[in-house]
Amino acid sequence: MLSKLIKNALKQGQTNQRALAPFMTGVRKAGMATEATFETRPYKLHRLEEAPAAQATCTRDEAILFYTQMQMIRRMESAAGNLYKEKAVRGFCHLYSGQEAICVGIKGALRPQDSVITAYRDHGWAYVMGCTVNSVMAELTGRSQGMSRGKGGSMHMYTKNFYGGNGIVGAQVPVGAGVALANKYLDNNGICVALYGDGAANQGQLFEAYNMAKLMDLPAVFICENNGYGMGTSVDRASASTSYYTRGDYVPGIWIDGMDVLSVREALKYCIDHCTSGKGPLVLEVVTYRYSGHSMSDPGTSYRTRDEIQEVRQTRDPIMLFKEKIVSADLATTEELKKIDIDVRKEIDEAVKVAKTDKEIAVQELAADIYSNPLETTIRGTTPFDPYTHQRISKIINLH
Amino acid sequence: MALTTTRIAKTLAGSLVRSFSTSRVVAANQLIVRDALNSALDEEMERDETVFLMGEEVAQYDGAYKVSRGLWKKYGDKRVIDTPITESGFAGIAVGAAMGGLRPVCEFMTFNFSMQAIDHVINSASKTFYMSAGMLHVPIVFRGPNGSAAGVGAQHSQCFGAWYSHCPGLKVVSPYSSEDCRGLMKAAIRDSDPVVVLENELMYGTAFEVSDEVLSKDFVIPIGKAKIEREGQHITLVAHSRAVQLALEAAGALAGEGVECEVINLRSLRPLDEEAIVRSVTKTRNLVTVEQGWPQSGIGSEICARIVESPAFHYLESPVVRVTGVDVPMPYARSLEVACIPQQHDVVKAVKKVLKIQ
Repeated sequence: MLSKLIKNALKQGQTNQRALAPFMTGVRKAGMATEATFETRPYKLHRLEEAPAAQATCTRDEAILFYTQMQMIRRMESAAGNLYKEKAVRGFCHLYSGQEAICVGIKGALRPQDSVITAYRDHGWAYVMGCTVNSVMAELTGRSQGMSRGKGGSMHMYTKNFYGGNGIVGAQVPVGAGVALANKYLDNNGICVALYGDGAANQGQLFEAYNMAKLMDLPAVFICENNGYGMGTSVDRASASTSYYTRGDYVPGIWIDGMDVLSVREALKYCIDHCTSGKGPLVLEVVTYRYSGHSMSDPGTSYRTRDEIQEVRQTRDPIMLFKEKIVSADLATTEELKKIDIDVRKEIDEAVKVAKTDKEIAVQELAADIYSNPLETTIRGTTPFDPYTHQRISKIINLH
Repeated sequence: MALTTTRIAKTLAGSLVRSFSTSRVVAANQLIVRDALNSALDEEMERDETVFLMGEEVAQYDGAYKVSRGLWKKYGDKRVIDTPITESGFAGIAVGAAMGGLRPVCEFMTFNFSMQAIDHVINSASKTFYMSAGMLHVPIVFRGPNGSAAGVGAQHSQCFGAWYSHCPGLKVVSPYSSEDCRGLMKAAIRDSDPVVVLENELMYGTAFEVSDEVLSKDFVIPIGKAKIEREGQHITLVAHSRAVQLALEAAGALAGEGVECEVINLRSLRPLDEEAIVRSVTKTRNLVTVEQGWPQSGIGSEICARIVESPAFHYLESPVVRVTGVDVPMPYARSLEVACIPQQHDVVKAVKKVLKIQ
């Protein structure tokens, strides 16, 4: 129900009060704004003369959309953490709590022809790129309604124009540059956003990707989600240079306050302009914070103080900041935001139920979809006595 | 049936000089391996605009081994891309291009350098279709020369057949002849999954007779199917890539002594044509595998394991013997290098041991 609201808001673009009417019954305030303009947070530039827009306009629909999306991710990650503690989620689980403004802001600027690839902190990304909350949570618990039918797990969620979900630190960056190469080759006006963390920022293959992207003027935006820590290692202990937006050297860069969703969005609009006018790649550093540890195996308190975490929660929380913004600009009321909170909670509760009660795919499916063009029908089992049969089940989303 | 002296004598008496290949040649065309690969690449690029080639020196240098000669001149910068010497980066880029709608042919100057990029071959390419439960396919070809060359030393002489054929999600071909190279390269490019094409540098200049059919634009060889290069009834020799030549030469020598070897050219390492090997061994009852790569966990090891688990085991008259490269990093000194790669006398010796003849 809430997702339907988001779909409508996306479709309509401009404000249409009537579409929101059933949702707003009883809370409509006289004189509510249809849009408002805010100052963006200051950017830092590397080899660029012009900065992204100093002001961002946000419509009422966008305000509701961004708030809803960020809150959904926050609650979803919280629920994921609980599922992990209950042992319903196994293996790895890397939470995005605190970083919501990045994926929501970036998606807010992307057009249908643009693509995204990220690493393993991908639940929020999977959601904004189009996976339902149910499919994300069921994937975490490895059930059949998971986006990857439970075969991928936390780190391997995919959807149209979203190339995962990647487990090997840094590998997603050259792959993202490759998607950008395809965009340029096919002349489809798309860009590819390749995200990585401050830990991955030192990987050699990133520099190999920057080099080739620059040589070939690829429409690639390389984005470092700098949350201050690569697992338990602070940025100062891992990087001789922590100015991640300058690490592309000859590739221009922008530093962005990643706690402000509108600043992130404006920066990406700028990037889209830049890349689609053949100016080549950009390296962005979006400064953010993760409330949880690196993953569920990491309490996240051995290498930083609880005070530090609290301080961010109280003064820089992206959802809190956005809420204050849109309420004071009359784009939304606290009551309707509270209602959204309730609806979000309901949707997450539903998703948790699905994640817990849905069954796993049939064991025979372990031999499904190994190849898109299978040449052998029998797949060897643990012994030669009980082979499996290769099946093709899913529809290919990047068929070509 | 046992290999008695009478049988050998009969065979000697009635033997005819056979050619190395039993495929009928409709029209005699000479085609060297390099040109087979070059023409296959050219035709597939012409056929499908999303096919492109990338790698070190593939464009303006015409290819380090001239396999891509003329392609850059014909297709230009967009479709034949010179990369910097950054395997990890460009292999990743190739994978992304494949995910994003293209059909890249990613060259490793030799497969030794693929080790720098092997994470992309395996984790980014071969596993993605499975991890995405069949949603995201990666139609990419990784190609280049594999295995030992001549005097290039230890770091440039490794055979990667075993490593790559180990991994589900990949298809791995190891062509021997010009016919193999044309048909398998085309099949690989047309395939919608990641394919590793293990060429051989020392074969690039070798000429083969090919039929008109081989030269036709849609000549494709099915991946996963072996070819019987030579029929025989006394023993089966299974080999891939350059070792097929060795097996055929040994077979020729042994024919002079009345031993008829059936030589199987695997053509593909994954899928491995187990059925062809089993069928042959059921007939000949003896098996020797021949490869240039190292023995431990090698292709011969896999074949042995499969035979042992198959009905063919009960037809074996002798244990299987593997002829392989020596279990050392490749030395440079010429006589040592020669000693490290199986030679004709090694195959002949193995056959005679298996058949228990002098």
